[in-house]
Amino acid sequence: MSSPAKETLSVKLPNLVGYWSEFRGQWRVKIAVSSLLPVLRSLRNDAGFNQLTDLTCVDHLELAGATDRFELVYVLLNIESGERVIVKTFVNEPDLKVPSVTSIWFGADWLEREVYDMYGITFDGHPNFKRLLLPEGFASFPLRKDYPQQGRGERHNFPVITRAES
Amino acid sequence: MASEVNKQLGDNIFLTKLDAAASWARANSLWPMPFATACCGIELMSAAASRHDLSRFGSEVMRFSPRQCDLMIVAGRVVMKMLPVLQRIWLQMPEPKWCISMGACACSGGVFDTYAVVQGIDRFIPVDVYVPGCPPRPEQLIRSIIDLQEMIQAGGTFNAREFKRRDTPEGPDRFDEDELLRIRERNGLKLASPKYDPIH
Amino acid sequence: MPLELLEPNTSDPSKREGLWTLNFGPQHPATHTTLRLILQLDGEMVVDAEPDIGFLHSGFEKLGESLDYNQYVTIVDRMNYISPLANEIAWHHSVEALLDIELTPRCKYIRTIFAELMRIHDHLLCLGTCVLDLGGATAFMYAFNEREYIYEICERASGQRFHTSYTRVGGLLYDVTDDWIAMVRKFVRNFHKAYNDFSGLVMKNRIFIERTRDVGVLSYEDAIAGGATGPVARASGVERDLRIDEPYLAYDDFDFNICCSRSGDCYARFQVRMMEMLQSIKIIEQAIENLPSGPVFNEAYGKVVLPDKTEVYRSIEGLIHHFESIMPNRQADGPKDSLYAATESPNGELGYYLVSDGSFRAYRARTRPPSLLHFSLFPRMIRGCMLSDVVAVLGSINIIAAELDR
Repeated sequence: MSSPAKETLSVKLPNLVGYWSEFRGQWRVKIAVSSLLPVLRSLRNDAGFNQLTDLTCVDHLELAGATDRFELVYVLLNIESGERVIVKTFVNEPDLKVPSVTSIWFGADWLEREVYDMYGITFDGHPNFKRLLLPEGFASFPLRKDYPQQGRGERHNFPVITRAES
Repeated sequence: MASEVNKQLGDNIFLTKLDAAASWARANSLWPMPFATACCGIELMSAAASRHDLSRFGSEVMRFSPRQCDLMIVAGRVVMKMLPVLQRIWLQMPEPKWCISMGACACSGGVFDTYAVVQGIDRFIPVDVYVPGCPPRPEQLIRSIIDLQEMIQAGGTFNAREFKRRDTPEGPDRFDEDELLRIRERNGLKLASPKYDPIH
Repeated sequence: MPLELLEPNTSDPSKREGLWTLNFGPQHPATHTTLRLILQLDGEMVVDAEPDIGFLHSGFEKLGESLDYNQYVTIVDRMNYISPLANEIAWHHSVEALLDIELTPRCKYIRTIFAELMRIHDHLLCLGTCVLDLGGATAFMYAFNEREYIYEICERASGQRFHTSYTRVGGLLYDVTDDWIAMVRKFVRNFHKAYNDFSGLVMKNRIFIERTRDVGVLSYEDAIAGGATGPVARASGVERDLRIDEPYLAYDDFDFNICCSRSGDCYARFQVRMMEMLQSIKIIEQAIENLPSGPVFNEAYGKVVLPDKTEVYRSIEGLIHHFESIMPNRQADGPKDSLYAATESPNGELGYYLVSDGSFRAYRARTRPPSLLHFSLFPRMIRGCMLSDVVAVLGSINIIAAELDR
């Protein structure tokens, strides 16, 4: 069995090195960062994936057998046919740079900022790139596996107001 | 003398202490400032809505400006980014003022023992009444307001002398020992950002 | 008056000199919880809005990596807290897709009933509070009457009225009882009257119509490219509902329609929500009358699925089974793979991207929150509207801060 997305890509980008796999009826493709933009643009324009459902990242630090540190996951949806495809790419330290896809789907704006906020991966070409959820000046990237769940004391570093002085 | 006054005025006057009169008035006209951040905020709405009807107990006048309120109900978890806002709102409220910490998250962090959530607002602002539950039922909130009213009537003073004594932090320490140890261990005593340096 | 004076001077930043900057939130009655907007105003017209979020970021996803599939349900509850059970159903739907578990028919039906009750629950609060923000307190009271009744139904089934934590991997905490069924039937019977009261009070109210019609318009193209789902997308004409397009639970068995509108304004979004409530009650009616009998746990999956509570307390086999399912070193294994699965929550597509490293807990539990994408569309909706419309637009897209920030 094959997916329509795979066939479109094989016609439009014949030189692409992509590893396709299927799990519980869901098609995934692993590609290199350099071919990310052409693949996503082709999926948008030629295969009709007009919605970016989700964009997230996985830290592979503690995953047995993983070779790359960060995995970026793009979940795409074709509204007309209801087909989904997941595009994965990998980045490693120290070069945590990925091209931004806001020019293809503007809905990627906050999703990319969130990935930066949680993992520290920067997106080139993003129009308004800064932290989304955590306060400016926060030093760590909390969803990385080497960051402790209880934090490094940031949550308690505030002045105390006593009743008499308020 | 007293009998002369009684004869002339009868039941038209009664004598009491100024403290008691002020506390009586304050206790029965609490204006809550709903600092609703999360789930407990919905139960706070529920307490004010048709079935539970908080207004039966003299504190239905919810005001969203802290300058008009004398009771802050912190309903829901408070996180790092929100805490400065909470402190500022608390400081803006006029005296005398009280604070109810509603729900497990506001009291102690609840299930959210994570990097972002403050482990109990009482580490940073004074709290008068704690309401347990995740979230507390509206009945529990109503009970806490009645308790606060009783507290005000029993211990309130006209010029708010009872607050003057409370000049030390009342909540638990900002750091528990385990947390300090863990932070020191993980960072090798060296901390990444001077802005969030927890040792100072 | 020359025409160019009537148009907001957005295009050229050098023309922005006369603009006001207004801070809106994070503590404001109409933000419902904790949102902040920095508005650029030209007189009373909103030229631009920049949302600032994260005031309720509590580290849900970090917790999801340290709790197992059954434990994390207590945390996802607190995500969209105006329809808690919908989150649980979405979470366990994804987990069951990952572990490839098939539910029993009774469990499917009960979950469907709860999912639809939660849709009504959510839409009632969304409408009620928005009307409250627009100045009418009565509708809020009407909405809460029905909501309290749904709370009672939840309490009867699970023991908690708010955060029920009712679903388990491959089953439910308890089976429902006959008086629960009677309560749902009573709710269905009484709902139409309450609905008509509410609808007459709000949807035909001239003030409400004038404050919401042609306000905060979201175009069809923006809705798709911006990632809008659920009622917000359907109000802009996107005909997509996961209950029909990717049927899950027992939705295949029922007769119901997708509710859509074309205008994409605030009134259309409220209309879609109102119509969806009627469809939900239709589904509940069909489901409760055809509720299958049988167990709620699917025993075929061994220790992945918890045993029934009565069995745990009454037999040694049940107790051993329970022990094997709960102890971390004896728990079942998961596949070493990843999966994205989503359900149609009241607010839109609530999906989870799960990565499993072979244990019974998620290595990564990513939530795809509908509120995040809807709120990122907010500046597009509000440009050119009045300051007083901010409240109406915020209410119509129903932003839940805990789901937005996680």
